[in-house]
Amino acid sequence: MTNEPTPVAAGDAHLRSAESAAAGSSPAGTTGPGTLLTIDNIEVIYDEVILVLRGMSLGVAEGKIVALLGSNGAGKSTTLKAVSGLLPSEQGEIASGRITFAGEDITRLDPADRVRRGLSLCMEGRHIFGHLTVAENLQAGGYTASAKEDRLDFVYEFFPKLADMRSRTAGFLSGGEQQMLAIGRALMANPKLLMLDEPSLGLAPLLVEEIFSTIARLNAETGLTVLVVEQNAQTALSVAHHGYIMERGRIMLDDEAGALSQNPDVKEFYLGIGAGDKKKSYRDVKHYKRRKRWL
Amino acid sequence: MSTFVSLFIYGLSEGAILALAALGFVLIYKATGVINFAQGEFLLIGAYTFYTAFVILRLPIVVAALVGVVAAVIIGVLVERFILRPMVGQSHISIIMVTIGLAGLLSALVQMFFGTQPRSMPPLFPRNQLEILGAHIPANRLWVLLVAGIVLTLLTLFFQRSKHGIAMRAVADDQQAAMTVGISVRRVFALSWALAAVSALIAGILLADVTTVEMNLVNFGLLVFPVVILGGLDSVPGTIVGGLTIGLISQFVAGYLDPGLAEVAPYIVLVLILLVRPYGVFGEKRIERV
Repeated sequence: MTNEPTPVAAGDAHLRSAESAAAGSSPAGTTGPGTLLTIDNIEVIYDEVILVLRGMSLGVAEGKIVALLGSNGAGKSTTLKAVSGLLPSEQGEIASGRITFAGEDITRLDPADRVRRGLSLCMEGRHIFGHLTVAENLQAGGYTASAKEDRLDFVYEFFPKLADMRSRTAGFLSGGEQQMLAIGRALMANPKLLMLDEPSLGLAPLLVEEIFSTIARLNAETGLTVLVVEQNAQTALSVAHHGYIMERGRIMLDDEAGALSQNPDVKEFYLGIGAGDKKKSYRDVKHYKRRKRWL
Repeated sequence: MSTFVSLFIYGLSEGAILALAALGFVLIYKATGVINFAQGEFLLIGAYTFYTAFVILRLPIVVAALVGVVAAVIIGVLVERFILRPMVGQSHISIIMVTIGLAGLLSALVQMFFGTQPRSMPPLFPRNQLEILGAHIPANRLWVLLVAGIVLTLLTLFFQRSKHGIAMRAVADDQQAAMTVGISVRRVFALSWALAAVSALIAGILLADVTTVEMNLVNFGLLVFPVVILGGLDSVPGTIVGGLTIGLISQFVAGYLDPGLAEVAPYIVLVLILLVRPYGVFGEKRIERV
């Protein structure tokens, strides 16, 4: 399983072999009744040649916060794009496998229909409508929703700052304000599942904390299910119930968030804490980075 | 003074028609990024469909206008669906060539069915002379100004306030993000072509009322370019101001200097604006913030 004589993942982590992943075994503990989103063994190809997801499976239980972690290029964002139907706009396609949301197969559904069914994506890099005002951004977010006024009050309750800036041009907001607007805009569609792609991108640590505590509050107070993709593994695991680790287009490891953050491999590779629980420093120019191959 | 007043009103009415025609162009550019060289031909087609319904089929004016609107919507949607959509992802030059080809096709179709003889239409608006500050103005000029003004106001309100107007602006801003909030980009594209065709239709009808129904309406359509360059390719208020300005300039030049010079004056403005302020007086400089 591993190329080096490293200890096998501790705890009850499900370290799955290539065969079982290819066979499409669904991730343990997250399927069955109560599962809102199931990704079942999908393959995603860009431009008809670049295979990005190779037998990716994942489940999100209703009412939970699930974190999807992994290094750059692992395929986290592609996973979210596959779920929200954005792949065709980037010359990508789901070659095999299926995605089920609330019991329905949505693998080939139009993106707008997915939003109508309660699936909202908040894209990486915020992607707010820069030339529209804050209020207009939110109105656009509620394009598919019926009771807009209630939603607007709801969003302003969770992001009171937005209420004070409703007539300002969104492009001139600060990064943190834009991120709040992006999440608020996604909430306007009244989603059952909110997918967040790197909400911490380019934000100061304090703001990251604020955003994640709002996400946790949304989950606790309204039962909103959240699937969050993050580089900032520690912060994500601190609010998540369950975590998945992704590497080179498939899930390598999944576990309860608490157990995952105690896992020595996860600690070393994603949390940056080496043996002896010391944080690695960039100053140690010649520090040795242990490589690990999962397969 | 009376010359000034009449030139002013003539300029405003012509400018309002221009603004309407240019607005269609701007709608398409803003939402879909396509530079539509066939906007003048849309105007021509609009004028001839209305002429057919009103004069040849003798329908009442309101019904004829509705027929024109329906035809314009259908033409707009068909053009988007079968000519522009297959071009998605192609280079700008290819898309421009396609719209130029479309322009040739549309004007040839009009010539095929109606020939090149100018057609006269019974007046839509009263033509009695009104005296304003000593100048004698035909009433239909004011009517044209009024109708164009109302349509422009409605379109602007649609853009600023309505759900679909905001959706169009959202698509213009960021197509992928618009998809993530459930806006159908294809539907928005179809809507902008349909609206462009309808605004060209109204411009065509109004223009036909102050001139005649003839192939030369296309040349008027060409004036759309100085208007949008002056106003900024992607600005609705800019288009209205640009239209009125170009209308006034060409009337004043014709009245005070030389009617021949008035033909080229708008294009002189175009060149000057490109030299001084290439994104137009009201054009958006892209907001970049990461």
